[in-house]
Amino acid sequence: MRDEQNQTAKGFVEQVVALAPALSGARGEGLARFAKAGLPSTRVEAWKFTNLRGLDKLTLGPAPDAAAVTVDAIPTALETPGPRLVFVAGQYRADLSRVDDLPDGVVLSSLAAEATPMLGDGPLRTLNSALSSQGAVLRVAAGLKLASPVELVFIAATAGDKAALWNPRIVIDIADGAEATVVEHHVGANADAYVSNIVADVTVGIAARLHHYKLQAEGLDAWHLANVSTHLAQDAVYDTFVLNLGARLARHEARQVLDGTGIEARVSGAYAITGNQVSDITTLIDHAKPHCTSREVVKGVIDGSARAVFQGKIIVRPDAQKTDGYQLNRALLLSEQAEINSKPELEIYADDVKCSHGATAGELDEDQMFYLRARGIPRNAARVLLIGAFLDEALEEIINETVRAYFRARAEAWMGAR
Amino acid sequence: MSLIEIKNLHATVDGKAILKGVDLTINAGEVHAIMGPNGAGKSTLSYVLAGREGYEITEGSVTFGGQDLLSMEIEERAAAGLFLAFQYPVEIPGVSNTTFLKEALNAIRKTRGEAPLDAMQFLKLIRAKAKDLSMTDDMIKRAVNVGFSGGEKKRNEALQMAVLQPKLAILDETDSGLDIDALKIVAEGVNKLRGPERGMLVITHYQRLLDYIVPDVVHVLANGRIVKSGGKDLALELEANGYAQFGVTEAA
Repeated sequence: MRDEQNQTAKGFVEQVVALAPALSGARGEGLARFAKAGLPSTRVEAWKFTNLRGLDKLTLGPAPDAAAVTVDAIPTALETPGPRLVFVAGQYRADLSRVDDLPDGVVLSSLAAEATPMLGDGPLRTLNSALSSQGAVLRVAAGLKLASPVELVFIAATAGDKAALWNPRIVIDIADGAEATVVEHHVGANADAYVSNIVADVTVGIAARLHHYKLQAEGLDAWHLANVSTHLAQDAVYDTFVLNLGARLARHEARQVLDGTGIEARVSGAYAITGNQVSDITTLIDHAKPHCTSREVVKGVIDGSARAVFQGKIIVRPDAQKTDGYQLNRALLLSEQAEINSKPELEIYADDVKCSHGATAGELDEDQMFYLRARGIPRNAARVLLIGAFLDEALEEIINETVRAYFRARAEAWMGAR
Repeated sequence: MSLIEIKNLHATVDGKAILKGVDLTINAGEVHAIMGPNGAGKSTLSYVLAGREGYEITEGSVTFGGQDLLSMEIEERAAAGLFLAFQYPVEIPGVSNTTFLKEALNAIRKTRGEAPLDAMQFLKLIRAKAKDLSMTDDMIKRAVNVGFSGGEKKRNEALQMAVLQPKLAILDETDSGLDIDALKIVAEGVNKLRGPERGMLVITHYQRLLDYIVPDVVHVLANGRIVKSGGKDLALELEANGYAQFGVTEAA
């Protein structure tokens, strides 16, 4: 009985299982496990604020043949696109990708189906493991610094009026002393209903550096469910940022394990949502070893009847003395119906640590609005200025200037469209 | 020709009457000072003219440049040439002074049917104006009023005034929080803007500011009304005798 109440969107789960190809071995077992476990309802603590029930309203069909889809524009954060992998409706498009001109020691390729590792931690990961047939792999050999950012582009496409489901897998492996920048783009047309269930597994080796940025600009009828798991070794630097602008419901769940001393983890994000959108950023920063720092700044703007969720958990294990953790979560509510559910959680088991966190939610400052307008700036332009300034504080966390400028431009475009 | 004509202006805040029939006319080229005790309604008058929300006009009219000022939006008043130098300039983190002033100037130019200044033209203008006020490049690049001292904030107000070139400048307690050197710089900036087309309304509690910005007319505002008007000597008289003669007792 209790199991039943912990599940939701059963109709969706049944459709997924019915549409799945015949699977054998571990994949078949994975699908069976997913069918049994179902999707978490809001009774499950980690999903308390994010309801997947609406998935039931989708009528699932097969994804379209990606080769037959015309792609007009491939988004890029760069002036001159560098290496990239392009996926359409979850399927690799070699003709749109650029994998030549890579230095020796760099592997950038589409993930072959059989290479998909089985990782069954949670129902959405299990589903991805069972059905994932495509994905992206980036491996950078020890000591190698990859100058040009690598872009992973996921473009949605649907066939007819049926919704599609795809399960891309992303594997990023930065070996000891190496450095790379990865920009993910997830884009789609507003009219298309689809479910993108993404799993990313990231490892950053000793003294390696990874800048990992993601722009989520899915169509407004899309479901974007991402689960990122990152393992960091001694002295690694991980600089990650997610910008949530699109999707009807987007959940970005990121877990990073700081499994060595001297690690610096920067886990930040921003969102701008309206209508009935839901943006969920759920993070776990797991300080397993001493002398590490983590910094997390998540800010967002909520208009219409949209709702944002921030769940930020920081664990400091008994061994992780001298941990320095900082977390800030701020939301700007632009309408009466806008809503934020913020849940910072600090679990500290070591006694010599420095951890601070803050969460605020507020409206546009009336004094600031009056001041700007008293200087002749019209109401809307004044709002755009203040919202931009608000989001900028989060966007400043992005170390790569080119990407920061691109993300800022995308956020400004969102505000300009209001 | 009259620049602004305030007639029998009544205003309330949260149902409480603050302005109880203000009459005031300022002609182009004139500098008027309004003096008065705390609570007389000085700041209310400046906010009502600038269009701040939270004030209810219960009676009276204000004509500015031939238009009904009270029916205009805040930004329309600014575009029409009204400028309020704030007693407490607002800090705006994340918006640079340059961006702020460029947006403001170009918005105002747009309503006047003038082409916007490009980044280079604007930078040249703002640098020249900032130099007059002994403001550094760093100050014009920083976020609006963030980390500014009291004096720097008031200089920033003077800079905005110099860039926007209003027809009527209302200076609300510009001297508060200023040491004498800062006061001189700001007053000098204000005096530079005096001219035959421009009017000024200087609101102050103390006579000190009026040593540097010498008014043509001085008014006493007490209990929501102008109770006395005179020449610049009236300010000196008030300094000597206080406001008690107007039935107001001030806490020491």
